[in-house]
Amino acid sequence: MTLLEATGMTGGYGEMDILDSVHMSVDKGEIVSIIGPNGAGKSTAMKAIFGIVHLRQGRVIFDGDDITNAATQTQVQRGMAYVPQERNIFPNLSVHENLEMGAFSRNDDITASLDHVYELFPPLREKMRQPAGELSGGQRQMVAIGRALMVTPKLLMLDEPTAGLSPKFMAEIFDRIIAVNSTGIGILMVEQNARQALEISHRGYVLATGRNRFTDAGANLLANEEVTKSFLGG
Amino acid sequence: MLEFINFYLLPGLVLGCIYTLGAIGVSLLFGIMRFAHFAHGDMMTLGAYLALAVVAVTGWPTITAIPLAMLGTAAAAIFIDRFAYRPFRASPTIIIVIASFGVALMVRSVIQIGWGLEIESYATGIQRPLIFFDSLRLSKNHIQILVSTVLLVTAMHYFLSRTKTGKAMRAMSDDPDLARITGIDTERVVTWTWIIGAGLAAAAGVFVGMDTQLNTFMGWNLLLPVFAAAILGGIGRPYGAIAGGMVIGLAEELSTYPWITDAPLLSPGYKTGVAFGIMIILLIWRPSGLFRGRVF
Repeated sequence: MTLLEATGMTGGYGEMDILDSVHMSVDKGEIVSIIGPNGAGKSTAMKAIFGIVHLRQGRVIFDGDDITNAATQTQVQRGMAYVPQERNIFPNLSVHENLEMGAFSRNDDITASLDHVYELFPPLREKMRQPAGELSGGQRQMVAIGRALMVTPKLLMLDEPTAGLSPKFMAEIFDRIIAVNSTGIGILMVEQNARQALEISHRGYVLATGRNRFTDAGANLLANEEVTKSFLGG
Repeated sequence: MLEFINFYLLPGLVLGCIYTLGAIGVSLLFGIMRFAHFAHGDMMTLGAYLALAVVAVTGWPTITAIPLAMLGTAAAAIFIDRFAYRPFRASPTIIIVIASFGVALMVRSVIQIGWGLEIESYATGIQRPLIFFDSLRLSKNHIQILVSTVLLVTAMHYFLSRTKTGKAMRAMSDDPDLARITGIDTERVVTWTWIIGAGLAAAAGVFVGMDTQLNTFMGWNLLLPVFAAAILGGIGRPYGAIAGGMVIGLAEELSTYPWITDAPLLSPGYKTGVAFGIMIILLIWRPSGLFRGRVF
């Protein structure tokens, strides 16, 4: 079942179009990666889906609703959560408060969701009273993902979740992403560590200069010589 | 020693309370809306005059008029935000800063139309201070101001650290873009920031009126030391504003104490200069204010 369907996305910042008729889809419970060289429009495509980058043309359908250029707040209420690459935590708020803020748009009891996040990321439970800004890079990323999970999203969008992390933390974050996905949450992520990302992805999109270049199952893209040579460094 | 406490230390603490309450609002508004609110002094004036109206109509003691003055000023601030600031949310900061100058003039003019230009006061006649241990002179007004400030600051602390909206205020002060992405209702946060900021300003205005008298320039004249206190505490950090307000208030009063000779160290006319002297020295020593680290 299709969860997200974006077609003909054209737009960017100000006058300049960065995206040139990009299409992308995520099925329910799927992990999808967007890879490609710097400046390919990977992050822009994700922001356009979330509604922070204005689309001049194209349509974004989420869970049956047309959400093209919709207000950010309504996206969250519909069940989309987005974790930006940088500045994705509130540094002066405690870890626990960061998670509580993730659930701002909810009015029901959030205890179960909090427990779920702490089970997923045990180090956060130990540091729940500590300001999030004092945590290590990997743990900050856990706070950011945990915060996004607090809205109980149907689709979790991650912009380079492993950027700047050591291989140990990278493996841990990918492992957690699989765990999140196993609860039925669809994942769309932009990744520089393309090989590792494709290994855990059901499908992948290769973007270059704002256009779709390849679309295939993760394993197939890894087996595709043209993709590995041009986009995965041989 | 007693002369020092009665005539310098206690008035310094009272002045510090007034600056603190003003500076918390300036700091909160800056943290959340990222602009220097130059109409804050006139919000204080408005609060003072609203309390005057309440006292005149009901005959209640001034201190009991404070909640109504705070409510009225908060309502005025929310109304002003809708027509004067909200249209400029996405504009460059300087536009909203200039708008706040315009609002300052308008608020003051409305007060002048309503109450006139004469000096007013809450109570007439001589008020005897309470004397403790034969020599410690405490005026009733000063006790009320000190106790009320402690209560108000405690309430603000509770709000910021325990309530969902208060935490969202701190979150938005940390990173407004992330707050939006997270799904925080930023307009609701802005409304609450006005309620807290204008409410505390109104209380500060009433305290000035209780301590001295009311005139329509009282808030405007306080704007500079209040900003000095907010900057000293690290602007955008309400807890820093408490320290900043107390430091500036105490320093202004204590600078007139005859520390070295029998004459005041500085003529009282230089009090405001003291605030700036401290601010300049601190900004050279610590450009981001006393509390550059985590204060929330």
